[in-house]
Amino acid sequence: MEPMASQWTEAPHSMGTTIMAVEYDGGVILGADSRTTTGVYVANRASDKITQLTDNVYLCRSGSAADSQVVSDYVRYFLNQHTIQLGRPSTVKTAGTLVKELSYQNKSFLETGLIVAGWDKYDGGSVYGIPLGGTMLRLPFATGGSGSSYLYGFLDQAWKPDMTHEEAEKLVVKSIALAIARDGASGGVVRTVTVNEQGVERKFHAGDKLPLFYEEIAPRPSPLRAH
Amino acid sequence: MRWESYNGGHEASEEEKQVYVGRSLMASSRPFTLMPTPGGPITHTQHPYVTGTSVLGLKYKDGVLIAADTAGSYGSTTRYKSVERLKQISNNTVLGATGEISDFQALTQLLDRLIVTDAMWDDGNNLGPLDIHNFLTRVMYNRRNKFDPLWNSLILGGVKNGVKYLGSVSMIGVHFVDQHIATGFGIHLAQPIFRSEWKENMTLEEGRKLLEKALLVLFYRDRSAINKIQIANITEDGVRISQPYALKPTWNFKAFKNPSSATPGTW
Repeated sequence: MEPMASQWTEAPHSMGTTIMAVEYDGGVILGADSRTTTGVYVANRASDKITQLTDNVYLCRSGSAADSQVVSDYVRYFLNQHTIQLGRPSTVKTAGTLVKELSYQNKSFLETGLIVAGWDKYDGGSVYGIPLGGTMLRLPFATGGSGSSYLYGFLDQAWKPDMTHEEAEKLVVKSIALAIARDGASGGVVRTVTVNEQGVERKFHAGDKLPLFYEEIAPRPSPLRAH
Repeated sequence: MRWESYNGGHEASEEEKQVYVGRSLMASSRPFTLMPTPGGPITHTQHPYVTGTSVLGLKYKDGVLIAADTAGSYGSTTRYKSVERLKQISNNTVLGATGEISDFQALTQLLDRLIVTDAMWDDGNNLGPLDIHNFLTRVMYNRRNKFDPLWNSLILGGVKNGVKYLGSVSMIGVHFVDQHIATGFGIHLAQPIFRSEWKENMTLEEGRKLLEKALLVLFYRDRSAINKIQIANITEDGVRISQPYALKPTWNFKAFKNPSSATPGTW
Protein backbone atom coordinates (compact mmCIF):
# COMPACT_ATOMS: atom_id res chain seq x y z
CA MET A 1 0.00 0.00 0.00
CA GLU A 2 1.64 3.24 -0.99
CA PRO A 3 1.32 6.26 1.28
CA MET A 4 -1.39 8.79 0.43
CA ALA A 5 0.22 11.50 -1.70
CA SER A 6 -0.92 14.48 0.37
CA GLN A 7 0.10 12.94 3.67
CA TRP A 8 3.44 12.10 2.19
CA THR A 9 4.31 15.50 0.82
CA GLU A 10 2.62 17.70 3.37
CA ALA A 11 3.66 16.05 6.62
CA PRO A 12 5.69 18.39 8.78
CA HIS A 13 9.46 18.05 8.81
CA SER A 14 10.37 15.92 11.77
CA MET A 15 13.76 14.85 12.92
CA GLY A 16 12.84 11.37 14.05
CA THR A 17 16.38 11.32 15.25
CA THR A 18 18.83 9.93 17.67
CA ILE A 19 20.76 12.50 19.67
CA MET A 20 23.05 12.21 22.64
CA ALA A 21 25.68 14.03 24.64
CA VAL A 22 28.23 12.59 27.05
CA GLU A 23 30.37 14.36 29.63
CA TYR A 24 33.97 13.15 29.78
CA ASP A 25 36.97 14.19 31.80
CA GLY A 26 37.67 17.66 30.37
CA GLY A 27 34.69 18.34 28.13
CA VAL A 28 31.62 16.99 26.36
CA ILE A 29 30.88 15.09 23.17
CA LEU A 30 27.61 15.69 21.33
CA GLY A 31 26.42 13.17 18.74
CA ALA A 32 23.51 12.86 16.32
CA ASP A 33 22.28 11.04 13.23
CA SER A 34 21.51 13.00 10.04
CA ARG A 35 18.02 12.00 8.88
CA THR A 36 15.14 14.47 8.52
CA THR A 37 11.80 13.01 7.42
CA THR A 38 8.51 14.38 6.13
CA GLY A 39 6.25 11.45 6.95
CA VAL A 40 7.97 8.45 5.36
CA TYR A 41 10.13 10.38 2.89
CA VAL A 42 13.71 11.26 3.86
CA ALA A 43 13.76 14.97 3.11
CA ASN A 44 17.38 15.43 4.08
CA ARG A 45 19.82 12.52 4.51
CA ALA A 46 22.70 14.71 5.66
CA SER A 47 21.17 17.18 8.11
CA ASP A 48 23.13 18.75 10.91
CA LYS A 49 21.25 18.42 14.18
CA ILE A 50 24.07 19.73 16.35
CA THR A 51 23.67 23.47 16.39
CA GLN A 52 26.00 26.08 17.79
CA LEU A 53 24.63 28.43 20.45
CA THR A 54 27.91 30.10 21.46
CA ASP A 55 31.62 29.41 21.04
CA ASN A 56 31.49 27.01 23.95
CA VAL A 57 27.89 25.71 24.01
CA TYR A 58 26.14 23.47 21.48
CA LEU A 59 22.61 22.09 21.18
CA CYS A 60 21.30 18.71 19.93
CA ARG A 61 17.85 19.04 18.35
CA SER A 62 15.11 16.41 18.02
CA GLY A 63 11.39 16.33 17.30
CA SER A 64 9.86 19.02 15.13
CA ALA A 65 12.57 20.55 12.94
CA ALA A 66 10.77 23.90 12.87
CA ASP A 67 10.26 24.11 16.63
CA SER A 68 13.83 23.15 17.45
CA GLN A 69 15.22 25.62 14.92
CA VAL A 70 13.21 28.52 16.25
CA VAL A 71 14.14 27.76 19.87
CA SER A 72 17.82 27.53 18.97
CA ASP A 73 17.64 30.79 16.99
CA TYR A 74 16.11 32.67 19.92
CA VAL A 75 18.59 31.22 22.42
CA ARG A 76 21.56 31.99 20.16
CA TYR A 77 20.33 35.57 19.92
CA PHE A 78 19.82 35.92 23.69
CA LEU A 79 23.18 34.39 24.49
CA ASN A 80 24.88 36.68 22.01
CA GLN A 81 23.42 39.72 23.77
CA HIS A 82 24.15 38.20 27.17
CA THR A 83 27.82 37.58 26.31
CA ILE A 84 28.27 41.17 25.16
CA GLN A 85 26.73 42.45 28.36
CA LEU A 86 28.55 40.00 30.60
CA GLY A 87 31.99 40.53 29.09
CA ARG A 88 32.92 36.87 29.27
CA PRO A 89 31.64 33.60 27.73
CA SER A 90 28.25 32.59 29.05
CA THR A 91 27.97 29.38 31.03
CA VAL A 92 26.44 26.13 29.83
CA LYS A 93 23.94 26.39 32.70
CA THR A 94 22.74 29.78 31.43
CA ALA A 95 22.26 28.40 27.94
CA GLY A 96 20.39 25.44 29.40
CA THR A 97 18.17 27.67 31.49
CA LEU A 98 17.23 29.81 28.47
CA VAL A 99 16.36 26.73 26.42
CA LYS A 100 14.37 25.40 29.38
CA GLU A 101 12.45 28.65 29.81
CA LEU A 102 11.34 28.65 26.18
CA SER A 103 10.45 24.95 26.26
CA TYR A 104 8.55 25.22 29.53
CA GLN A 105 6.67 28.48 28.94
CA ASN A 106 5.55 27.33 25.50
CA LYS A 107 4.97 23.71 26.33
CA SER A 108 1.55 23.55 24.66
CA PHE A 109 2.97 24.71 21.34
CA LEU A 110 6.35 23.05 21.09
CA GLU A 111 7.26 19.48 20.30
CA THR A 112 11.01 19.33 20.62
CA GLY A 113 13.42 17.46 22.86
CA LEU A 114 16.76 19.18 23.29
CA ILE A 115 20.16 18.51 24.79
CA VAL A 116 22.41 21.44 25.72
CA ALA A 117 26.08 20.64 26.22
CA GLY A 118 29.33 22.57 26.37
CA TRP A 119 32.30 23.62 28.42
CA ASP A 120 32.86 26.56 30.75
CA LYS A 121 35.53 27.26 33.34
CA TYR A 122 33.17 27.01 36.34
CA ASP A 123 31.61 23.59 35.84
CA GLY A 124 33.88 22.11 33.16
CA GLY A 125 32.00 19.92 30.71
CA SER A 126 28.23 19.89 31.39
CA VAL A 127 25.27 18.16 29.76
CA TYR A 128 21.69 19.32 30.33
CA GLY A 129 18.76 17.23 29.10
CA ILE A 130 15.59 19.23 28.32
CA PRO A 131 12.88 16.79 27.22
CA LEU A 132 9.27 17.55 26.20
CA GLY A 133 7.54 19.64 28.85
CA GLY A 134 10.58 21.70 29.75
CA THR A 135 12.10 19.74 32.62
CA MET A 136 15.81 20.58 32.94
CA LEU A 137 18.17 17.99 34.39
CA ARG A 138 21.94 18.08 34.55
CA LEU A 139 23.14 14.59 33.66
CA PRO A 140 26.40 12.76 33.06
CA PHE A 141 24.97 11.76 29.69
CA ALA A 142 21.69 12.37 27.88
CA THR A 143 19.89 10.81 24.95
CA GLY A 144 16.89 11.92 22.95
CA GLY A 145 14.78 11.42 19.85
CA SER A 146 12.87 8.38 18.65
CA GLY A 147 16.07 6.33 18.30
CA SER A 148 16.97 6.79 21.95
CA SER A 149 14.39 4.14 22.93
CA TYR A 150 16.80 1.52 21.58
CA LEU A 151 19.69 2.77 23.67
CA TYR A 152 18.45 2.57 27.26
CA GLY A 153 19.55 -1.02 27.72
CA PHE A 154 22.81 -0.57 25.83
CA LEU A 155 23.87 2.52 27.79
CA ASP A 156 22.78 1.05 31.14
CA GLN A 157 25.49 -1.47 30.49
CA ALA A 158 28.08 0.40 28.44
CA TRP A 159 28.29 3.82 30.06
CA LYS A 160 30.68 4.30 32.91
CA PRO A 161 31.82 7.44 34.71
CA ASP A 162 35.17 9.17 34.08
CA MET A 163 35.67 8.12 30.49
CA THR A 164 38.47 9.53 28.38
CA HIS A 165 37.72 11.47 25.21
CA GLU A 166 38.46 8.42 23.04
CA GLU A 167 36.19 6.14 25.07
CA ALA A 168 33.39 8.67 25.09
CA GLU A 169 33.57 9.28 21.35
CA LYS A 170 33.55 5.53 20.63
CA LEU A 171 30.52 5.16 22.86
CA VAL A 172 28.66 7.97 21.11
CA VAL A 173 29.38 6.68 17.61
CA LYS A 174 28.46 3.11 18.53
CA SER A 175 25.26 4.21 20.26
CA ILE A 176 24.01 6.33 17.38
CA ALA A 177 24.93 3.57 14.93
CA LEU A 178 22.92 1.03 16.96
CA ALA A 179 19.93 3.32 17.02
CA ILE A 180 20.18 3.96 13.29
CA ALA A 181 20.17 0.19 12.74
CA ARG A 182 16.76 -0.21 14.35
CA ASP A 183 14.97 3.13 14.18
CA GLY A 184 13.44 3.97 10.80
CA ALA A 185 13.37 7.63 11.66
CA SER A 186 17.14 7.77 12.23
CA GLY A 187 19.79 7.25 9.58
CA GLY A 188 22.60 8.66 7.48
CA VAL A 189 25.88 9.69 9.04
CA VAL A 190 26.92 10.14 12.63
CA ARG A 191 28.06 13.65 13.42
CA THR A 192 30.01 14.36 16.59
CA VAL A 193 31.11 17.63 18.14
CA THR A 194 33.67 17.75 20.94
CA VAL A 195 33.70 20.85 23.15
CA ASN A 196 36.43 21.39 25.71
CA GLU A 197 38.72 24.08 27.09
CA GLN A 198 40.82 24.05 23.91
CA GLY A 199 37.85 24.65 21.63
CA VAL A 200 35.52 22.75 19.34
CA GLU A 201 36.10 19.84 16.96
CA ARG A 202 33.51 18.60 14.47
CA LYS A 203 33.72 15.07 13.12
CA PHE A 204 31.90 13.19 10.40
CA HIS A 205 31.47 9.41 10.58
CA ALA A 206 30.26 8.26 7.16
CA GLY A 207 27.27 5.91 6.94
CA ASP A 208 29.13 3.13 5.22
CA LYS A 209 32.05 3.34 7.66
CA LEU A 210 29.93 2.71 10.77
CA PRO A 211 30.26 -0.60 12.65
CA LEU A 212 28.04 -3.43 11.45
CA PHE A 213 25.64 -5.19 13.74
CA TYR A 214 23.42 -8.27 13.81
CA GLU A 215 22.29 -9.38 10.37
CA GLU A 216 23.93 -6.46 8.58
CA ILE A 217 26.46 -7.17 5.86
CA ALA A 218 29.23 -5.12 4.34
CA PRO A 219 28.50 -3.61 0.94
CA ARG A 220 30.59 -5.03 -1.87
CA PRO A 221 31.96 -3.41 -5.02
CA SER A 222 29.72 -3.58 -8.06
CA PRO A 223 29.71 -2.16 -11.59
CA LEU A 224 27.68 0.71 -10.19
CA ARG A 225 30.55 1.86 -8.03
CA ALA A 226 34.12 0.92 -8.72
CA HIS A 227 35.24 0.91 -5.07
CA MET B 1 -8.93 42.85 23.35
CA ARG B 2 -10.07 42.02 26.84
CA TRP B 3 -12.71 39.49 25.98
CA GLU B 4 -10.77 37.52 23.38
CA SER B 5 -10.13 34.62 25.73
CA TYR B 6 -13.86 34.29 26.54
CA ASN B 7 -14.62 33.56 22.91
CA GLY B 8 -14.93 29.80 23.15
CA GLY B 9 -13.62 27.96 20.10
CA HIS B 10 -12.11 31.10 18.61
CA GLU B 11 -8.97 30.31 16.66
CA ALA B 12 -6.23 32.78 17.62
CA SER B 13 -5.05 34.87 14.67
CA GLU B 14 -1.40 34.98 13.70
CA GLU B 15 -0.60 38.10 15.72
CA GLU B 16 -2.20 36.65 18.82
CA LYS B 17 -0.23 33.41 18.66
CA GLN B 18 2.92 34.89 20.06
CA VAL B 19 5.75 32.79 21.26
CA TYR B 20 6.05 33.64 24.93
CA VAL B 21 9.60 34.87 25.04
CA GLY B 22 10.54 38.18 26.57
CA ARG B 23 8.54 38.42 29.77
CA SER B 24 9.66 35.19 31.35
CA LEU B 25 13.26 36.36 31.36
CA MET B 26 12.57 39.57 33.24
CA ALA B 27 11.43 37.93 36.43
CA SER B 28 11.18 41.17 38.37
CA SER B 29 8.44 42.55 36.13
CA ARG B 30 6.00 39.94 37.39
CA PRO B 31 4.88 39.40 40.98
CA PHE B 32 4.62 35.95 42.53
CA THR B 33 2.61 34.14 39.98
CA LEU B 34 2.83 31.42 37.42
CA MET B 35 -0.17 32.94 35.62
CA PRO B 36 -0.16 33.41 31.87
CA THR B 37 0.53 37.01 30.86
CA PRO B 38 -2.60 39.05 30.13
CA GLY B 39 -3.02 39.08 26.37
CA GLY B 40 -0.52 36.26 26.12
CA PRO B 41 -1.09 32.76 24.82
CA ILE B 42 -3.89 30.81 26.42
CA THR B 43 -2.75 27.32 27.17
CA HIS B 44 -5.19 24.61 28.00
CA THR B 45 -5.21 21.45 30.04
CA GLN B 46 -2.05 19.71 28.98
CA HIS B 47 -0.65 16.26 29.44
CA PRO B 48 2.31 15.45 31.61
CA TYR B 49 5.56 14.25 30.01
CA VAL B 50 8.23 13.53 32.61
CA THR B 51 6.51 12.40 35.80
CA GLY B 52 7.28 11.36 39.33
CA THR B 53 5.23 8.80 41.21
CA SER B 54 4.12 8.62 44.87
CA VAL B 55 5.25 10.88 47.71
CA LEU B 56 4.65 9.78 51.32
CA GLY B 57 4.64 11.75 54.54
CA LEU B 58 4.09 11.17 58.22
CA LYS B 59 4.54 12.92 61.55
CA TYR B 60 6.67 11.40 64.27
CA LYS B 61 7.74 12.43 67.77
CA ASP B 62 10.32 15.06 66.82
CA GLY B 63 9.03 16.24 63.46
CA VAL B 64 7.92 15.23 59.99
CA LEU B 65 9.27 12.66 57.54
CA ILE B 66 8.65 12.86 53.80
CA ALA B 67 9.78 10.22 51.31
CA ALA B 68 9.82 9.65 47.57
CA ASP B 69 11.72 7.61 45.03
CA THR B 70 14.04 9.27 42.52
CA ALA B 71 12.47 8.09 39.27
CA GLY B 72 11.44 10.34 36.39
CA SER B 73 9.13 8.39 34.07
CA TYR B 74 8.42 9.23 30.44
CA GLY B 75 5.20 7.36 29.77
CA SER B 76 5.96 3.76 30.55
CA THR B 77 9.74 4.20 30.33
CA THR B 78 11.81 4.89 33.41
CA ARG B 79 13.81 7.59 31.67
CA TYR B 80 15.65 9.24 34.56
CA LYS B 81 16.72 7.43 37.69
CA SER B 82 18.13 10.27 39.80
CA VAL B 83 15.48 12.97 39.90
CA GLU B 84 15.14 14.99 43.12
CA ARG B 85 11.46 15.03 43.96
CA LEU B 86 11.96 16.40 47.47
CA LYS B 87 13.13 19.98 47.79
CA GLN B 88 13.97 22.05 50.83
CA ILE B 89 11.93 25.23 50.61
CA SER B 90 13.05 27.07 53.72
CA ASN B 91 14.88 26.06 56.87
CA ASN B 92 11.74 24.48 58.25
CA THR B 93 9.82 23.17 55.23
CA VAL B 94 10.13 20.50 52.56
CA LEU B 95 8.04 20.07 49.41
CA GLY B 96 7.60 16.79 47.58
CA ALA B 97 5.81 16.39 44.25
CA THR B 98 4.08 13.73 42.20
CA GLY B 99 3.43 14.45 38.52
CA GLU B 100 5.10 16.64 35.90
CA ILE B 101 8.67 17.43 36.93
CA SER B 102 8.94 20.66 34.91
CA ASP B 103 5.95 22.09 36.80
CA PHE B 104 7.57 21.06 40.10
CA GLN B 105 10.78 22.81 39.05
CA ALA B 106 8.80 25.97 38.24
CA LEU B 107 7.06 25.77 41.62
CA THR B 108 10.32 25.49 43.53
CA GLN B 109 11.64 28.52 41.63
CA LEU B 110 8.51 30.44 42.53
CA LEU B 111 8.70 29.43 46.18
CA ASP B 112 12.35 30.41 46.27
CA ARG B 113 11.42 33.96 45.26
CA LEU B 114 8.63 33.96 47.84
CA ILE B 115 10.97 32.87 50.64
CA VAL B 116 13.74 35.29 49.69
CA THR B 117 11.37 38.25 49.59
CA ASP B 118 9.94 37.18 52.92
CA ALA B 119 13.42 37.00 54.44
CA MET B 120 14.24 40.44 53.08
CA TRP B 121 11.52 41.98 55.22
CA ASP B 122 13.79 40.99 58.10
CA ASP B 123 10.91 41.51 60.49
CA GLY B 124 11.64 38.71 62.92
CA ASN B 125 9.08 36.33 61.41
CA ASN B 126 9.29 33.97 58.45
CA LEU B 127 6.75 32.02 56.45
CA GLY B 128 6.01 28.69 58.07
CA PRO B 129 4.74 25.45 56.54
CA LEU B 130 1.11 26.42 57.05
CA ASP B 131 1.61 29.68 55.16
CA ILE B 132 3.38 27.99 52.29
CA HIS B 133 0.71 25.29 52.13
CA ASN B 134 -1.94 27.95 51.84
CA PHE B 135 0.02 29.81 49.18
CA LEU B 136 0.44 26.63 47.14
CA THR B 137 -3.28 25.88 47.46
CA ARG B 138 -4.13 29.28 46.01
CA VAL B 139 -1.64 28.85 43.14
CA MET B 140 -2.91 25.37 42.25
CA TYR B 141 -6.57 26.27 42.50
CA ASN B 142 -6.23 29.43 40.46
CA ARG B 143 -4.37 27.60 37.71
CA ARG B 144 -7.12 24.95 37.73
CA ASN B 145 -9.74 27.66 37.24
CA LYS B 146 -7.95 28.82 34.11
CA PHE B 147 -7.87 25.25 32.76
CA ASP B 148 -4.09 25.43 32.81
CA PRO B 149 -3.08 23.33 35.81
CA LEU B 150 0.29 22.64 37.27
CA TRP B 151 0.20 18.90 36.84
CA ASN B 152 1.34 17.95 40.34
CA SER B 153 0.13 16.51 43.62
CA LEU B 154 2.15 18.12 46.36
CA ILE B 155 3.06 17.19 49.91
CA LEU B 156 4.26 19.99 52.15
CA GLY B 157 5.71 19.26 55.58
CA GLY B 158 7.53 21.21 58.25
CA VAL B 159 7.93 22.24 61.86
CA LYS B 160 7.55 25.74 63.26
CA ASN B 161 7.59 26.78 66.90
CA GLY B 162 7.27 23.18 67.96
CA VAL B 163 4.16 22.60 65.86
CA LYS B 164 4.46 19.80 63.29
CA TYR B 165 2.63 20.40 59.99
CA LEU B 166 1.86 18.04 57.14
CA GLY B 167 -0.45 18.86 54.26
CA SER B 168 -1.14 18.09 50.65
CA VAL B 169 -2.48 19.95 47.58
CA SER B 170 -3.71 18.32 44.40
CA MET B 171 -3.58 19.70 40.85
CA ILE B 172 -7.16 20.87 41.15
CA GLY B 173 -6.64 22.58 44.46
CA VAL B 174 -8.01 19.95 46.84
CA HIS B 175 -6.06 20.43 50.05
CA PHE B 176 -6.03 19.00 53.56
CA VAL B 177 -3.78 18.29 56.50
CA ASP B 178 -3.31 15.01 58.35
CA GLN B 179 -0.96 12.98 60.50
CA HIS B 180 0.06 10.87 57.52
CA ILE B 181 -0.36 11.59 53.83
CA ALA B 182 0.35 10.06 50.44
CA THR B 183 -0.03 11.04 46.78
CA GLY B 184 -0.34 9.07 43.57
CA PHE B 185 -0.32 5.32 43.93
CA GLY B 186 0.56 5.85 47.56
CA ILE B 187 -3.04 6.89 48.23
CA HIS B 188 -4.14 3.34 47.46
CA LEU B 189 -1.22 1.32 48.72
CA ALA B 190 0.55 3.33 51.41
CA GLN B 191 -2.34 5.11 53.17
CA PRO B 192 -4.02 1.86 54.31
CA ILE B 193 -0.71 0.78 55.83
CA PHE B 194 -0.39 4.13 57.59
CA ARG B 195 -3.96 3.98 58.88
CA SER B 196 -3.26 0.59 60.36
CA GLU B 197 0.26 1.04 61.72
CA TRP B 198 0.88 4.74 62.38
CA LYS B 199 0.77 5.85 65.97
CA GLU B 200 1.34 9.07 67.85
CA ASN B 201 4.92 9.96 68.90
CA MET B 202 6.83 7.33 66.95
CA THR B 203 10.60 7.49 67.13
CA LEU B 204 12.66 8.42 64.08
CA GLU B 205 13.54 4.75 63.54
CA GLU B 206 9.91 3.64 63.73
CA GLY B 207 8.86 6.37 61.35
CA ARG B 208 11.54 5.50 58.82
CA LYS B 209 10.70 1.80 59.05
CA LEU B 210 7.06 2.51 58.33
CA LEU B 211 7.93 4.71 55.34
CA GLU B 212 10.36 2.13 53.98
CA LYS B 213 7.72 -0.58 54.35
CA ALA B 214 5.26 1.47 52.31
CA LEU B 215 7.91 2.39 49.72
CA LEU B 216 8.81 -1.27 49.28
CA VAL B 217 5.18 -2.18 48.65
CA LEU B 218 5.07 0.62 46.09
CA PHE B 219 8.21 -0.74 44.44
CA TYR B 220 6.54 -4.16 44.11
CA ARG B 221 3.19 -2.90 42.90
CA ASP B 222 3.67 0.46 41.15
CA ARG B 223 5.22 0.01 37.73
CA SER B 224 6.63 3.54 37.72
CA ALA B 225 8.43 3.12 41.04
CA ILE B 226 12.09 2.24 41.48
CA ASN B 227 13.79 1.17 44.69
CA LYS B 228 16.10 4.19 44.90
CA ILE B 229 14.61 6.52 47.49
CA GLN B 230 15.17 9.64 49.55
CA ILE B 231 13.73 10.54 52.95
CA ALA B 232 13.54 14.09 54.26
CA ASN B 233 13.51 14.70 58.00
CA ILE B 234 12.25 18.04 59.26
CA THR B 235 12.60 18.90 62.95
CA GLU B 236 12.74 22.12 64.92
CA ASP B 237 16.49 22.12 64.27
CA GLY B 238 16.15 22.11 60.52
CA VAL B 239 15.90 20.00 57.40
CA ARG B 240 17.95 16.97 56.42
CA ILE B 241 17.31 15.23 53.10
CA SER B 242 19.11 11.92 52.84
CA GLN B 243 21.31 10.92 49.92
CA PRO B 244 19.47 8.48 47.64
CA TYR B 245 19.68 4.87 48.85
CA ALA B 246 18.14 1.60 47.70
CA LEU B 247 15.67 -0.68 49.48
CA LYS B 248 16.16 -4.44 49.49
CA PRO B 249 13.29 -6.38 47.92
CA THR B 250 12.39 -9.97 48.79
CA TRP B 251 11.93 -12.41 45.94
CA ASN B 252 12.97 -15.80 47.32
CA PHE B 253 9.60 -17.09 48.40
CA LYS B 254 9.06 -20.78 47.69
CA ALA B 255 5.71 -19.96 46.15
CA PHE B 256 7.42 -17.73 43.59
CA LYS B 257 9.77 -20.38 42.31
CA ASN B 258 7.47 -22.65 40.31
CA PRO B 259 4.00 -21.16 40.36
CA SER B 260 2.78 -22.93 37.23
CA SER B 261 3.89 -26.47 38.07
CA ALA B 262 0.43 -27.48 39.21
CA THR B 263 -1.51 -25.48 36.64
CA PRO B 264 0.45 -24.90 33.42
CA GLY B 265 -0.40 -21.70 31.62
CA THR B 266 -1.45 -19.91 34.77
CA TRP B 267 -0.24 -16.38 35.05
